[in-house]
Amino acid sequence: MSARTGPATRAEVCAVACAEAWRGNGEILANPIGTIPMIGGRLAKATFEPDLVMTDGEALLVENIVPLGVDDPPKVVAGWNPYRAMFDIVWGGRRHIMMGASQVDRFGNQNIAFIGPSDRPKTQLLGFRGAPGNTINNKTSYWVPNHSMKVFVEHVDVVTGIGYDRAADLGPGAARFHCLPRVVSNLGVLDFETPNHSMRLRSVHPGVTVDEVVDATGFSLVIPSDIGDTRLPTDDELRLIREEIDPRGLGEAEVPSP
Amino acid sequence: MPDKRTTEDEVVAELRDGMTIGIGGWGSRRKPMSLVRAIVRSPLRDLTIVSYGGPDVGLLCAAGKVKKVVYSFVSLDSIPLEPHFRAARQAGTIETTDLDEGMFLLGLQAAAWRVPFLPTRVGLGSDILHVNPDFRTVQSPYADGEGLVAMPALALDVALIHMNRGDEGGTGQYLGIDPYFDDLFCSAAKRAFMSVEKVVPTDDFLKEGPVQSLRVNRLMTDGVVEAPNGAHFTSCAPDYDRDETFQKTYAATAKSPAAWHEFKAKYLDVSETEYQQAVAGS
Repeated sequence: MSARTGPATRAEVCAVACAEAWRGNGEILANPIGTIPMIGGRLAKATFEPDLVMTDGEALLVENIVPLGVDDPPKVVAGWNPYRAMFDIVWGGRRHIMMGASQVDRFGNQNIAFIGPSDRPKTQLLGFRGAPGNTINNKTSYWVPNHSMKVFVEHVDVVTGIGYDRAADLGPGAARFHCLPRVVSNLGVLDFETPNHSMRLRSVHPGVTVDEVVDATGFSLVIPSDIGDTRLPTDDELRLIREEIDPRGLGEAEVPSP
Repeated sequence: MPDKRTTEDEVVAELRDGMTIGIGGWGSRRKPMSLVRAIVRSPLRDLTIVSYGGPDVGLLCAAGKVKKVVYSFVSLDSIPLEPHFRAARQAGTIETTDLDEGMFLLGLQAAAWRVPFLPTRVGLGSDILHVNPDFRTVQSPYADGEGLVAMPALALDVALIHMNRGDEGGTGQYLGIDPYFDDLFCSAAKRAFMSVEKVVPTDDFLKEGPVQSLRVNRLMTDGVVEAPNGAHFTSCAPDYDRDETFQKTYAATAKSPAAWHEFKAKYLDVSETEYQQAVAGS
């Protein structure tokens, strides 16, 4: 396997942006779904957030950095976490998941279930999976590898993961554990740190313009005047990604270089 | 100890049109596929299938056995979306109850504990309550007064599961890493039938795995079917992995009626013995 060299790719910038979502989370379960989020989660644990608890992607809790796409990688097993036990963690709130979104709106309502009417959808997608339980119980961030008007929509067809407007309607009691820290896409980083929790562009990835993000978004984003670039990976982070976390470069398949 | 040994066809003879049938496993993992294939061969129809869904759901939909699916996902794991389930949904030929994965667990647990519902925060604010207009919320009777979803019991007429080992009395043992929810499916059902890779003497269980692997006790089961390779083409670790090649072949049959009919004639309109021979030769 030839070592990858050269400046950071878009996929690597995205992985670092995902890692940043877990910064400051401490001793909770970091639960990334998707290739780039998995690279990001492992990177956060390997660098600035070492107390994170992570799975091997299946039913084990592991303390080492398990590389992606490697057959029978070494595992330092520290726990057993079958599906049933995962609900104990989710409902107890000690978890920050980063999952996908087929559609997401300005308040962070997410749809992964289906497009079109519920009795006969135009397109059947995953179903509700764990999205309602995730968003009402623990931190939920989103990863969108294909930032487009089809994904960032004015209204989602069905709300699987709840956004800030739905949470507000529930009142402060029922929604007290609701928190959507980040949305990371292939174009930039977004959050809900605005007075009414409407989605804000937090940074654009190097080489992406604000206009590109605006044009690929189906609702009006809050754009701060001092918008900057997403930070580049450090040399140490690049080495970790390329040599230890993603030696086969699987991240490049999820986010090809522009 | 009773002798509960039986066969796939005898189990299916106990089923009736319109029954609610829970199927264990998860996605394309440790599914009681030989029992599912026996249902496909039968004249049964209008079934309600309750499943952390995989090809069990897809096969039964494609074979026209299903009236309704209670699900939170239907996936082949390595192929994220089950194509036959997708086709049935998009054709509008099946009804569904859409659930969160955890609500699903609570529904089974409520049925197993014989209570009408279990309270949960899960579902609040999402469209679960819109797509299931018969679901209700409850208010905590305590000082907090919190509003919660009352997840109704998912009572099953029959549960079908597949385990790695079992004895003739109906104790079941899983040897993989995850028990999934198979014991809960059995407990939520009036009657439960378990296929196993191998029927072993009770005294051999602890040679196979630790006592914690005896997840299904015989109070939970009514019949045991010895079905070597019975979970094929889903995984049944550590006995065997998923047959990814066969799964791809199966998934591709959703692309055309002709491909499905060819697959059905070769692999489904035949006995389980013939199926296993066809698979071994493919």
